[in-house]
Amino acid sequence: MTKRSEKLVLPIISIVLGFLVGTIIIIATGRSVSGMFIALFKSFTGIDLSGGQAFNPRYIGEFVVQTMPIILTGLSFAFAARTGLFCIGAEGQLMVGSAAASAAALYISAPAYIHVPLVLLSAMLAGALWGAIPGFLKAYFNVPEVTVSIMLNYVGLYLNNFMVLNVFGSADRIKTAFFPQSALLESPFLESITRNSRLNWGFIPVILMLFLFSFIINKTTFGFSLRAVGYNKEAARYAGMKVRRNIVVSLMIAGAFSGLAGAVITTGTFNFGRVIAASEGYGFDGIAVALVGSNEAIGILLAGMLFGMLKAAQPLMQVQGIPREIAGIIQAAIVLFVAMQQGIKMIIGKFEKRKASAPVAEGERV
Amino acid sequence: MTFNAFLEMIPISMMFASPIIITALGGLFSERSGIVNIALEGIMMVGSFTAATVTVLLESTTPFAPWIGLAAAAVAGLVYSILHAFASINLKANQTISGTALNILSSGLTIYLCQIIFHQQRTKVFQMSIQRVTVPYLSDIPLLGKLFFTSIYPTFYVAVVLVVVTWFVVYKTRFGLRMRACGENPQAAASMGINVAKMRYAGVLISGLLAGLAGGIMVLTTDIQFTQNSIHGTGFIAIASLVFGKWNPYGVLGTGIFFGFSTALSFYAKDIPVLSAAPIEFFYMLPYLMTIIALVIFAGKSVGPKAAGEIYDSGKR
Amino acid sequence: MAYIVEMLNITKDFPGIRANDNVTLQVEERSIHALLGENGAGKSTLMSILFGLYHPEEGVIKIRGKEVHIEDPNVATKLGIGMVHQHFKLVHNFTVTQNIILGMEPHQGPIVDVHAAEKKVEELSKLYGFAVDPRAKIEDISVGMQQRVEILKMLYRDAEILIFDEPTAVLTPQEIEELMQIMRRLVKEGKTILLISHKLKEIKEVADVCTVLRRGKLVKTVRVANTSEEEMAQMMVGREVNFHVQKAPAKPDEVFLQVENLNVKNTKGVLGTKNLSFELHGGEILGICGIDGNGQTELVQAITGLTKVESGRILLHGKDITHYSIKERTDAGIGHIPEDRQLHGLVLDFNLDENLVIHNYYKPPFAHSGILNKKAIRVNAERLIKEFDIRSGQGPSTPARAMSGGNQQKAILAREIDRSPDVFIVVQPTRGLDVGAVEYIHKRIIAERDKGKAILLVSLELDEIMDLSDRIAVIFSGEIVGTVDAKATNENELGLMMSGSLRKDGQQPHTSTARRNA
Repeated sequence: MTKRSEKLVLPIISIVLGFLVGTIIIIATGRSVSGMFIALFKSFTGIDLSGGQAFNPRYIGEFVVQTMPIILTGLSFAFAARTGLFCIGAEGQLMVGSAAASAAALYISAPAYIHVPLVLLSAMLAGALWGAIPGFLKAYFNVPEVTVSIMLNYVGLYLNNFMVLNVFGSADRIKTAFFPQSALLESPFLESITRNSRLNWGFIPVILMLFLFSFIINKTTFGFSLRAVGYNKEAARYAGMKVRRNIVVSLMIAGAFSGLAGAVITTGTFNFGRVIAASEGYGFDGIAVALVGSNEAIGILLAGMLFGMLKAAQPLMQVQGIPREIAGIIQAAIVLFVAMQQGIKMIIGKFEKRKASAPVAEGERV
Repeated sequence: MTFNAFLEMIPISMMFASPIIITALGGLFSERSGIVNIALEGIMMVGSFTAATVTVLLESTTPFAPWIGLAAAAVAGLVYSILHAFASINLKANQTISGTALNILSSGLTIYLCQIIFHQQRTKVFQMSIQRVTVPYLSDIPLLGKLFFTSIYPTFYVAVVLVVVTWFVVYKTRFGLRMRACGENPQAAASMGINVAKMRYAGVLISGLLAGLAGGIMVLTTDIQFTQNSIHGTGFIAIASLVFGKWNPYGVLGTGIFFGFSTALSFYAKDIPVLSAAPIEFFYMLPYLMTIIALVIFAGKSVGPKAAGEIYDSGKR
Repeated sequence: MAYIVEMLNITKDFPGIRANDNVTLQVEERSIHALLGENGAGKSTLMSILFGLYHPEEGVIKIRGKEVHIEDPNVATKLGIGMVHQHFKLVHNFTVTQNIILGMEPHQGPIVDVHAAEKKVEELSKLYGFAVDPRAKIEDISVGMQQRVEILKMLYRDAEILIFDEPTAVLTPQEIEELMQIMRRLVKEGKTILLISHKLKEIKEVADVCTVLRRGKLVKTVRVANTSEEEMAQMMVGREVNFHVQKAPAKPDEVFLQVENLNVKNTKGVLGTKNLSFELHGGEILGICGIDGNGQTELVQAITGLTKVESGRILLHGKDITHYSIKERTDAGIGHIPEDRQLHGLVLDFNLDENLVIHNYYKPPFAHSGILNKKAIRVNAERLIKEFDIRSGQGPSTPARAMSGGNQQKAILAREIDRSPDVFIVVQPTRGLDVGAVEYIHKRIIAERDKGKAILLVSLELDEIMDLSDRIAVIFSGEIVGTVDAKATNENELGLMMSGSLRKDGQQPHTSTARRNA
């Protein structure tokens, strides 16, 4: 199997196996498997196979709404991963992005074509700063970024809540005042064509980010040096690259993606800042998306759509009698199988009797 | 702050510290054998779900329900950790990704089962839980007796005993010597005839047992039911405790108590003049901020097992 | 003749290569039996099979006349076979005793009986004259001492057949001599020794019998006493070996690089070089020779800019570059072939063409305003592939990981030579490479010298230093203890300087440092 086909085949195997696990659990707990597929199909196409309303575009709208933030957090994880870093801090970056977006929405007055970009940019900036923290600590103090990012997720959560309750002001202790229309990604037009889903203009920045991701990584000198540092820090240093600076910048860019996700949710899906009781899981969704998407832009788009569909299908599953958490279980199982791909590769290798991918070299010790 | 309120902080600190310490000890076994286990959070969830569920289901028939629940929690944790062991050891998965996936999985699986069993997204409230005890004789010791043996959750004693047992096993026994070798230099251990895979399985399964137990302890002492938020990052604080404690059982005891204390602080801050001015969210953040600071201070001088986290390839020479 | 070990018609395959092809080995009891061959000849594989690390596809193994199946190292140990690996398998923060007893600990129930263990280690140590401290930590003792711990591991398990895999690679000449004595003593006590080596001199000195392997096949088994070094070398490579590379005499120019009173700290925070000074002229090759760990690494890292200098100066064409960044030095004309090509020289996950522009990727023509010009990068790679004959499966887009060691080194060489630096720092350029690749690389280095470049050659292979260098500077304990004309010196003199017993810089050798912690 070539490296290119690997990137396609292995995720697909993982997806199939993940759904298999979900199916087994559903059967074992006495629920209806067909219910799961009906729910999934409806979430993706709007078509109800169980005999209800034939076609309802609202579900498609909701499916896109769920997909947008996780593509962004997926880009976040993937960008850091391509540069050799393991950043699970998307949750926290999303939270501070959300808070920054709320602030920009509430405290700035401007016409929409200025206000919206400002809101989005302030969210990206906040996310970048939040990402800079583990980046800085890793680059200059060699603190592993995994634990720091997880801790900052919680700090970010509480920070957002603090801001909403104590700074922005909240009448009902759940949300801020409604944002002015000029700050929103909301679109009455899009809502009307999808029968009142929460579909909004957020998909435009999302698509832009997909291109930006691919462009930076593959076509720029900056991306070249980031990848070099990610693959082999020492060789990059030998070649004169600024390793520490790259680590910080890399995590800042990753943070910006997640910060933007926070804005897309707060000014697109909703139109107010929220007090959030606990992590809503966008960060981990992003990890799933990035892993299944093999850290490539096109893969992230497709994987984002897959997991977005799963998420949007949750209430539909509940209706069919399947607890909504099955979506999370399937997602986790898929990620687990992706993580096991080394082992899966080994098993496939035993079935296919083929020559090894890397030739044992002439002149090497044997 | 009154003296009584201060006295009250001690058992509360120890109540919070116990699950942290026990989970961290689990992490110690796993990492000393060479496997990084960040699924401790998820295993704790499995444990606390099991403990709560078993207690609810059995409390009408036996007064030992909570203790049976704890035992079940430990077993459930052990079984769940087999997934991590299998993925990391047999299939050579990236241990951090595997751990993260298991965290997500346990979150989904536990609430899914709550829906199946209790038809809601949490367990029912249990009536019985672990009660505080006062140790006879020892509680009569002046000062120390009041602080450490009066109206204390017995789970703290469990934690201390486990610390001593861990120290003994890891540093004095043959098993411990071989396990440490697997975590420092698995090639060397293999060349001496040690089955590295088996040792690592042991390490991970022990961590599952302990984390599951700790999860059970946590829900039965600090909560009234199992919800999605029952563990809220304690598994990760335990990992920080392990690093901060330099992978040493007594170090873990100290850092665990410290983190337990900082959690307790969030409840009593309003009674302390200087601290009451700070917003409540600051105290929620405190354990996590402390962890970051601790990591910055100590990560540079990391003394963790040399080969922890590296995939062991028996074909490599 | 009673053979203690017989490996008959052994064949072992790895993906894409036949490592052992119908090899037969018969070892007499109480002898020192050498296995000679180049890299890739199959000697390590054969011995790994004997030790149970690999299983042969075909063939039979007999120990003391009885046929056996050696499933794993445990079985091998039970049969009395032990192996001292080239890369020690020691746990760095365990004590000597803990490393020796690991897996076979004396115990009271589950508890390790440390006292009994230390006693046994002391006894064994005395019996064979090893003088090891049972309580010392591995990371604190010398390399020679660590090797003895490896040997003790085997003796603790009552090994009768001891396999040594390239044991002298990391030892000083004095330690090598001590090891030879240890080997003779072991044989006297009834052991049999299998010695894997590609060093003819050592085999000549200590072995009784020698089996020569080439490309996986058995060439011949000979009595060492009746065979000359030249004959053995010819069997090893299959052709007349030109021991010395042809080169015209040097025409040294002015001083290109000057190092003055350099003090550099090593990773342990101790001074790695101490007031080190030397001059390097254009058009010459200056060889830095010494045992690994005497300051070469720190010296190179200081010159290339990887490590900060405590004090002292580095001057390139008279310009003080002591505080230049790495990039500034590369731009000023320093080229570097690093010691560990896979760690420092290449990004293995990059393609060949990306690796070839790793210094200049951001400059035109490879990039404009931050955007890469992939075509220019590829064209550059094609040119270098042709000029330097770099073998790569898929041309410019071959992943570096998939290339052989020799070709990886050629790629690094191509990249550096193409930049035409005035000063070339070349470290261990031919480590792990086969004779053909070695010849090529040596030729190119000499070619650069003849172009007038200044070459600083740092190598642990004495032969390579003596062969290529015009002048040789010996480094010991962070200082240059002598600089000699390559033609005017010999191995003995160099060996003495390398171990601090002789100084040619006008100072007295410190006799206490002349012996490493033995």
